Amino acid sequence: MSNMIIDKDGVRRYVVSITVNGDEYTKMVKSNTLLVNFLRDALDLTGTKKGCELGDCGSCTVLLDGKTPINSCLMLAVEADGREFITVEGVASHEKLDHIQEKFIEHGALQCGYCTPGMILSAKALLTRNPKPTEHEVREAIAGNLCRCTGYINIIKAIMDASGQEIPM
Amino acid sequence: MSEKNFNVIGKGKPRYDGRVKVTGAAKYCGDLKFPNMLYGKMLGSPYAHAKILSIDTSEAMKIPGVKAVITAKDVPSLKYGISPARWDENCLCIEKALFVGDKVAAVACVDEETCYKALKAIKVEYEVLKPVLDYMHADEDDMPQIHEKYAKNINTEIHQEFGDIKKAFAEAHYVRTDTFVGQRCYQCPIEPHSAVCIWQDNKLTVYSSTQSVHYFQHYIAREFELPMGDVRVIAPFVGGGFGGKLEPTGLEFNGAALSRITGRPVKMFYDRQEMFQHNRGRHQGTYKITSGVDKDGKILGCHVDFQTDGGAYTSLGIATAYYAGALLPLTYEIPVYKFDNRRMYTNLPACGAHRGHGAPQPKYAFESHMDNIAKAMGIDPLDIRLRNARRPNTETVNNFKVNSCGMKECLERAGELSDWRKKKKEGLPKGRGIGISTGSFVTGAGYPIYRTDLPHASCMIRVHEDGTSATLYSGTVDIGQGSHTILCQMAAEAMGYRYENMKMVASDTETCPLDFGAYASRQTLMSGSAVKQAGEEIKRQIIDMASTMLNLPPEDLKCELGVISSISRPKVAPITFEEVARRFFVLRGPLIAKGVYTPPRLGGTFKGAPVGTSPAYSFCVQAAEVQIDEETGKIDVERVWDVHDVGQVINPVNLHGQVHGALYMGLGETIWEQVHFDSNGKIVNGNLGGYMIMTALDMPPITSEVLEDSYEIAGPWGAKEVGEGATNPTIGAFRNAIFDAMGVSVNSVPLTYEKVWRALKEKRESENK
Repeated sequence: MSNMIIDKDGVRRYVVSITVNGDEYTKMVKSNTLLVNFLRDALDLTGTKKGCELGDCGSCTVLLDGKTPINSCLMLAVEADGREFITVEGVASHEKLDHIQEKFIEHGALQCGYCTPGMILSAKALLTRNPKPTEHEVREAIAGNLCRCTGYINIIKAIMDASGQEIPM
Repeated sequence: MSEKNFNVIGKGKPRYDGRVKVTGAAKYCGDLKFPNMLYGKMLGSPYAHAKILSIDTSEAMKIPGVKAVITAKDVPSLKYGISPARWDENCLCIEKALFVGDKVAAVACVDEETCYKALKAIKVEYEVLKPVLDYMHADEDDMPQIHEKYAKNINTEIHQEFGDIKKAFAEAHYVRTDTFVGQRCYQCPIEPHSAVCIWQDNKLTVYSSTQSVHYFQHYIAREFELPMGDVRVIAPFVGGGFGGKLEPTGLEFNGAALSRITGRPVKMFYDRQEMFQHNRGRHQGTYKITSGVDKDGKILGCHVDFQTDGGAYTSLGIATAYYAGALLPLTYEIPVYKFDNRRMYTNLPACGAHRGHGAPQPKYAFESHMDNIAKAMGIDPLDIRLRNARRPNTETVNNFKVNSCGMKECLERAGELSDWRKKKKEGLPKGRGIGISTGSFVTGAGYPIYRTDLPHASCMIRVHEDGTSATLYSGTVDIGQGSHTILCQMAAEAMGYRYENMKMVASDTETCPLDFGAYASRQTLMSGSAVKQAGEEIKRQIIDMASTMLNLPPEDLKCELGVISSISRPKVAPITFEEVARRFFVLRGPLIAKGVYTPPRLGGTFKGAPVGTSPAYSFCVQAAEVQIDEETGKIDVERVWDVHDVGQVINPVNLHGQVHGALYMGLGETIWEQVHFDSNGKIVNGNLGGYMIMTALDMPPITSEVLEDSYEIAGPWGAKEVGEGATNPTIGAFRNAIFDAMGVSVNSVPLTYEKVWRALKEKRESENK
């Protein structure tokens, strides 16, 4: 259990150390602080979006331990203590975009861009564990990320292309 | 005909905002933070219809971190809404709350959590009134009247008649009446609406996830009696709109009031449930259509009689009500037309503009009706449409002038792509069906939302001192549709410059010239026309300067992709845009130009004539093939074909993306989407799990094509709209495919598996009798 203090109003505050995009941050959080709010408010990493705060839309997707996509609105900051995460800000290295990011731009796989960070992280996780997915596997991998603009068509194309495979449809 | 050798337009240039969006660097309104910023929330009524007897805010004010609690007495009492005759909404409810979630009070606190504590501590005493929940019975005698001014809860009543409908029916070979029912849908942009209001030094700055900075500036200034120059509205990156972010809501008004009281920036935001309450979704309606046709199925006259659910306020719904019938005579040449519509008040959230504004549900009804006529007369659904298809350079019976129109070509091409004739001749396997449907939409509204003589679009271009970049200043808003990209392409094309060197400053009433913003699919044509004008003026000045530098007459010079060369003397060394622009700055100062666009005077003179007018109309056809599982009613979509007449394409990647998205939204409304209310008027599925928006697994394969040689005389380089038109045919195409597959009609949307299953069961039972 992490260090805890009780403030003058009786609210417990916990010290957590969370590694994000390779940097470790030690901060004090309340027990009800969501990971998504920790990322956005405490670290100002606003690339992680909030669309529903119920785990329905996937806009807040981050990668746990560098590989597992999770909804950061469904994890508490205290649960994230000691864990490592990748957010969309950690996908590109320096000025060089990740291959998936390049393919998203090339195929017009984004419009308003609000679902894009989560979508890219889900795609990244998929291609890391399965470099040659079928079209159906691509659809499954992003089924937890809702997009209201693109009808997913160009997103699926971009991910298939990023995997070096034939572009469907 | 169109000139096809373009350098910048017509090409799939990468999105202007692609990089910042894939890296997460793009800041949306909810991502913004300001020093000393407070968080604000509104308290919603728990009752659909209730008198507010008293509000006690004293306990809430005692909570540490609560900086302000406001009620109606703290905000202007001026009513707002779309048109003076229908201003019916207040920043905060004064006497009555009119739907579950209606804004009763608001708080500003040091953080979000404190806001929720403060809302809970506000004590409101209500006298619960009987709610009006069913729009079809809202006018009955035992129903309470929601607004004092509107008897029988009729918000808007429309009666238009063009020609003698009785005579048309009397002369018809076949007259048929059908009735179809629509549902309540919501835009559900993935970014919830938020606003940051900063009232400091007698100036109000509002950052908002809005589709139109100008309208927000106008309405906010009006509400607070401020000069428009003291209200600055900025749209940061906007995470989708689809109509829901076109009008200011309690967020902007109450945020402004809270900021004025506290002297601090206030960020207001809706959670997902509140998005359903305040985002002004699609009107549901009942659509009765009677048509008379001759022996070939040619339409002689049509009478459409609608009743729609407007919810508690007018919102943009008066326009919706007119659009519902006004756009129907576009795709088919209807010589005699009668349009009746009543938009009813109910104690449900107000409805407004939603992609395809008012048109998609009536279009579903009309296209289903067409197939019923075709079937009864033994005419192929494609043929009945070809026989009635609008021709170019015609005028609708309700005085809309149509220039380019590839309706017939779209039908023929969709027929080819879908293998329609072969499938009809040879028949499809059991449970398989194919349907077809048409659509058309305005390319920008011919008249502004509020009465004004201002131009609809304007812009400036400033070339950088050394000519290595040029900035387009435009009040347009890119809500995701890609308008920044195509406007920069248009600017570069007109200037003879490169897209890659374009920059854009947009969506800010203080730094950009006026543009009405993103609605009615208007920015490509209207904003694009202004941009073209400004770009051509830059090019004129560049060529003029180059002429003195090269000692050649201007008419002998051309400027393409940033290179100026002689037309007649190819051996003369070309010079670059950069060299010329720099020389221009040294000798003549800033290289700037402006553009402005006002549509021509359009439409008839009858009541409601302006709604539906547009400089140009897009046309499209969709065909859909489905496989129905008779045991379960499950609908498998094999493929959808979309053929579009959009005039000259500016960016094909963006264009097909718009078609995919519109079709996706239309398909969602066809099979899945509907907001449900409990018996007290409370939304029961106000979240993205319960309100079924389609996932990647649900999206069928799509073929999207455009008519290659279409050219629209009213549009820049011949361009017209695509963003909303593709939502129009979708529901009808699917209903007709299911009708074709099963021989049963589902007369209400969504066409859920259950409804299909029930229709099949009824059919079997009646056959067994």
